[in-house]
Amino acid sequence: MQESIKRRLLFWAFVGPLVFAFFVVVVVPFLWGIYYSFTEWNGIVRSQVEWVGLQNYIDLFEDEQFIYSFWFTARFAVVSVILINGIGFALALLVTQPLRTSHALRTVFFMPNLIGGLILGFVWQFIFIQVFSSLADLLNLEFFRGWLATPETGFWGLVILMTWQMAGYTMVIYIAALQSIPSDLLEAAEIDGSTLWSKTRHIIIPLVAPAFTINMFLMLSNSFKLYDQNLSLTNGGPFNSTQMLAMNIYNTAFQFDEMGSAQAKAVIFFLVVAVVSIIQVRMNKKREVEY
Amino acid sequence: MTRKKRFLFLMETIGSAIGVVFFFPFYIMLINSFKTKPQIFQNTLNLPGGLEWSNYVKAFERLDFMQAFANSLFITAGSILLLVLFASMAGWKLVRTKTRLSSVIFFMFVSAILIPFQSVMLPLITIMGKLGFLNRLGLIFMYLGFGSSLSLFLYHGFVKSVPKELDEAAIIDGCSEFQLFRKVIFPILNPITLTVIILLTIWIWNDYLLPSLVINKEGMQTIPLQMFFFFGEYTKQWHLALAGLTLAIIPVIIFYFSAQKYIIRGVTQGAIK
Repeated sequence: MQESIKRRLLFWAFVGPLVFAFFVVVVVPFLWGIYYSFTEWNGIVRSQVEWVGLQNYIDLFEDEQFIYSFWFTARFAVVSVILINGIGFALALLVTQPLRTSHALRTVFFMPNLIGGLILGFVWQFIFIQVFSSLADLLNLEFFRGWLATPETGFWGLVILMTWQMAGYTMVIYIAALQSIPSDLLEAAEIDGSTLWSKTRHIIIPLVAPAFTINMFLMLSNSFKLYDQNLSLTNGGPFNSTQMLAMNIYNTAFQFDEMGSAQAKAVIFFLVVAVVSIIQVRMNKKREVEY
Repeated sequence: MTRKKRFLFLMETIGSAIGVVFFFPFYIMLINSFKTKPQIFQNTLNLPGGLEWSNYVKAFERLDFMQAFANSLFITAGSILLLVLFASMAGWKLVRTKTRLSSVIFFMFVSAILIPFQSVMLPLITIMGKLGFLNRLGLIFMYLGFGSSLSLFLYHGFVKSVPKELDEAAIIDGCSEFQLFRKVIFPILNPITLTVIILLTIWIWNDYLLPSLVINKEGMQTIPLQMFFFFGEYTKQWHLALAGLTLAIIPVIIFYFSAQKYIIRGVTQGAIK
């Protein structure tokens, strides 16, 4: 009996501190947040919390900005996930060739990833606005004029920024996967006279599938949750046309003080991120090959 | 053979070209940070006529850079210290305890990886505000919570590969559980501790949203928070802003070049596991 009490105490001595912080910071606010999504609440005075049932959720369907932000984010996520993975994979293929510059190139491609999105967004704001207008003057090309001033250039500005920042990250994961492919497999294919393309298509791509799953999952949830870059590059402008989901939730809460409504959005946001992630991992798991 | 060589030469050329494109934003930032305001508006592409060091002096002062650096360092180091300690302890104990409770706890931590920050941010800030926790120490506590899932997950995976006989031998030698953990287990966890430290450093050092909600007092801001100094106004002072951004990037670059091998390995492990 005493032995079991001692064991229990020891268990909580080791596990307790982390569990405590996890509950206070994540679990309790998460559950509390679900409760608040059914209330009218301005976030300041507790006594003004009023139960309104599903009203906040129903109102979301009429919130045009929210629906717009939702589709904008979805479109952004799809486009940037494809570009980041495509370019990341191409870069990985490139730097795993026996090049003299291989190491230097890896260093450069990965570098943006370590710097905060907020800082990078500011740097690219300078490039899109100031440097692009210099380019427009220099090359006499209208293409470079007015970037970030329209919804379309804002969208592509965000895509370019994210692709530049994250491609190196996926590259690193793809490199690890490429290097784990047994070299005798590739040599055998070479002896059989297969071309670089067919080697890539029939050996490399199927064997890199697990890395593809990981990268898709990470980039998709990353793109969906994007906030810092959105804030520093476009701040949602012009006229909220590049406002993504995370920013929409933030603004609903802190600019308009509609905490209940913001929290309903946050719950929907969670469900979307969770469901998309789970579906995506399931789908990709099916296609993986064992060797 | 020549075909192979020609192919490699082509790859080398393409690679360098892409490398230049990737590096271009940093290059542009750097050359323009040494220009005066009118020079930037004239042309952003040419090299600066002279080096306008005063941009850096002003940016350094206005950002209160040393204070911001110290704040970032304190918050990052404090959070990592606690996370490494508590997550390694919990990871080890959870693996070694084969009960339902233990698996349920682990499962909860893992599932929480799916919860985006925005889904907890409003109640969290309200609760922390009531507890008087909206300061640097409170921030460290919040990082302990938000970093717990990933850190525990990594430690948990690693401990599984540590043979149980090691624990038993140490206990027979008369070690207490705490001694066993401190002297035997924790040192074995070093490789994964390094990975955890790297992943947490990248995240916490660069994090913006959470500190922006928690820290609201002058002199307590981290580096990312201070960046807004140059972007609040209507007329942007790009010459100062670019110098400030360069200052903010320098510590990260130093970190990158001094530990590149470990960073790449850590990031790969963190993603794959």
